Amino acid sequence: MTGQAVLSVRGLTRDFRGFRAVDGVDLDIAPESVHALVGPNGAGKTTLFNLLTGFLRPSGGRIELAGRDVTGLPPEQVARLGVARSFQITSLFPQLSAREHVELALQSPSGLGWRFWRSAKLMRRYAERADELLAMVGLADLAEAPADALAYGRKRALELAIALALDPKVLLLDEPTAGMGLEDVDRTVELIAWVRRGRTVVLVEHNMSVVGRLADRVTVLQAGKVLVEGPYEQVRADERVITAYLGSADVSGSH
Amino acid sequence: MTSTVDTTVEPRPGRAPSGLVAVGRAPGWVRYALLAAGLAVALWLPNGLYPAVAVDILCWALFAVAVDLLLGFTGLMSFGHAAYWGTSAYVTGLVAINAGVPFPVAVLAGALAAAVLAVPIGYLAVKRTGIYFAMVTLAFAQMVYFVANEWRSVTRGENGLQGVPRELFGLDLTDEYYFYYAALPIVLAGLAAAWRIVHSPFGRVLVGIRDNPARARALGYPVHRYKLTAFVLSAFLAGLGGGLFAIGHRLVALDTLHWTTSGKAVIVVVLGGIGTLWGGLLGAAVLVRLEDWLSFSGFEAVGLVTGGIFVLVVLLFRRGLWGSVAALVQRRWPTRRN
Ligand SMILES: Nc1ncnc2c1ncn2[C@@H]1O[C@H](COP(=O)(O)OP(=O)(O)OP(=O)(O)O)[C@@H](O)[C@H]1O
Ligand SMILES: [Mg+2]
Repeated sequence: MTGQAVLSVRGLTRDFRGFRAVDGVDLDIAPESVHALVGPNGAGKTTLFNLLTGFLRPSGGRIELAGRDVTGLPPEQVARLGVARSFQITSLFPQLSAREHVELALQSPSGLGWRFWRSAKLMRRYAERADELLAMVGLADLAEAPADALAYGRKRALELAIALALDPKVLLLDEPTAGMGLEDVDRTVELIAWVRRGRTVVLVEHNMSVVGRLADRVTVLQAGKVLVEGPYEQVRADERVITAYLGSADVSGSH
Repeated sequence: MTSTVDTTVEPRPGRAPSGLVAVGRAPGWVRYALLAAGLAVALWLPNGLYPAVAVDILCWALFAVAVDLLLGFTGLMSFGHAAYWGTSAYVTGLVAINAGVPFPVAVLAGALAAAVLAVPIGYLAVKRTGIYFAMVTLAFAQMVYFVANEWRSVTRGENGLQGVPRELFGLDLTDEYYFYYAALPIVLAGLAAAWRIVHSPFGRVLVGIRDNPARARALGYPVHRYKLTAFVLSAFLAGLGGGLFAIGHRLVALDTLHWTTSGKAVIVVVLGGIGTLWGGLLGAAVLVRLEDWLSFSGFEAVGLVTGGIFVLVVLLFRRGLWGSVAALVQRRWPTRRN
């Protein structure tokens, strides 16, 4: 399967001072699929994302992106290869407006960022596209608002708009619906279902109904190891998964 | 069900707003009025002050704006900017003495030398942040100081470079009053360059890097290279100021490279307001004028008074002089953005 996977991981390991947060993970993400990563708190999902995007160096193992070895590349280079991520803990530029965030992301591949002798008004060429993206995530009215002033759910939506602005081949979303109200969750699910076309999406998500609606395949992590992998229905019914969650209501998919 | 785990690579929220380009949000006429007022003051200055003091204010204003470009807009506190100010002063002095070129050419050569020196130092320093960045820049500045101190055949050691000429197409610039007006265009060009940098796409990226470097990297911005570029640009602007300082004083002394000079630059920025750009002008005007007045009235402990004022400003006006005014402007015109 390695040959056709967009993202292929072999024996990926990460130690924190003797504590093994990610432990020999093998993972193949099929092109243009939505692949969910689930698992209890502390299972190593975010750490895995940080390894995939270069924010952490692996202690061992190998990461391939479309057949190319990207193990140990710094985050900005991974981003340039078409991998965008959102952060579990909302991560924005407090003083910049929502539109400026999206403009910064749109501008990133162009090299415009180096033009210290030109006016920032040049970035207005991205304003129209930025407003489109903001409208898609429901932030049309808040384009001028500084990120600081946005409510939590709005910040999550802005995270998503930024990730989309990068027009990535692979989109890594760390709990995109965490802390959202039901209505925003629905909108986000629809949005992900829409943007997945032509893209590969890896999704960390605790809300199993979201996983059920979006994911083609599900990998369950526990204590840094892959516990089960398979299609959603199969994983949901798996004994070991139910035990891992200790019968948590989440797994039954009801909400 | 979000985790309480805070991995070190999850970016942290940026620090509190510093009145960043608050005036840029004021209506157009306010900004043009401020610009006109600023130019009027700049043109009048040597009529109201001793011209030599006015020249010093110009040089220090440029120096402060250069330091603020790093401190306020990139989030890097350089504690070794005397290295660029002083290196440019020496190179400017040597070029002016030996080549007989017009003084702006000598100043430009000095500023370029400062920028070149900033490349290797910046390359090593930008890998650190916070206090460690300050320590690395200080350490390199100390090395530059000791090299200058030892290399007497070139720098003339304690005596310094004497008799730096003020050549400009044979014009007589010995009078400080006329020299002020010859130096002003260079300073205005440097300030305009700083303004342009801050308001460029590059400047926007710098602010992003300052507030959330991890996020900037995830967007594909090579943070170290951006910081290095900002560092070199800042060194160049500091060099313009240092070169003019050498021509203005007609001599270059070792204290242009001393760490207290680096410290004074930071104090001027804090006094004026970090991240305000123009605050450096106010800070420079206040500090240079005050120091001159104190030493003229024969007061011994100049540092005590300036230090006391510094402490007062830090405690009472945390945004600095310009930042406090800008905050008022912002309150008056809260939402306008351009
Ligand atoms: N920088 C770090 N230093 C030390 N330990 C860490 C670090 N980052 C993560 N860990 C540990 O690694 C384990 C996995 O953490 P991680 O954040 O990857 O879990 P997660 O699956 O994302 O959990 P959650 O669902 O709560 O977000 C945790 O036990 C955590 O304490
Ligand atoms: Mg997590």
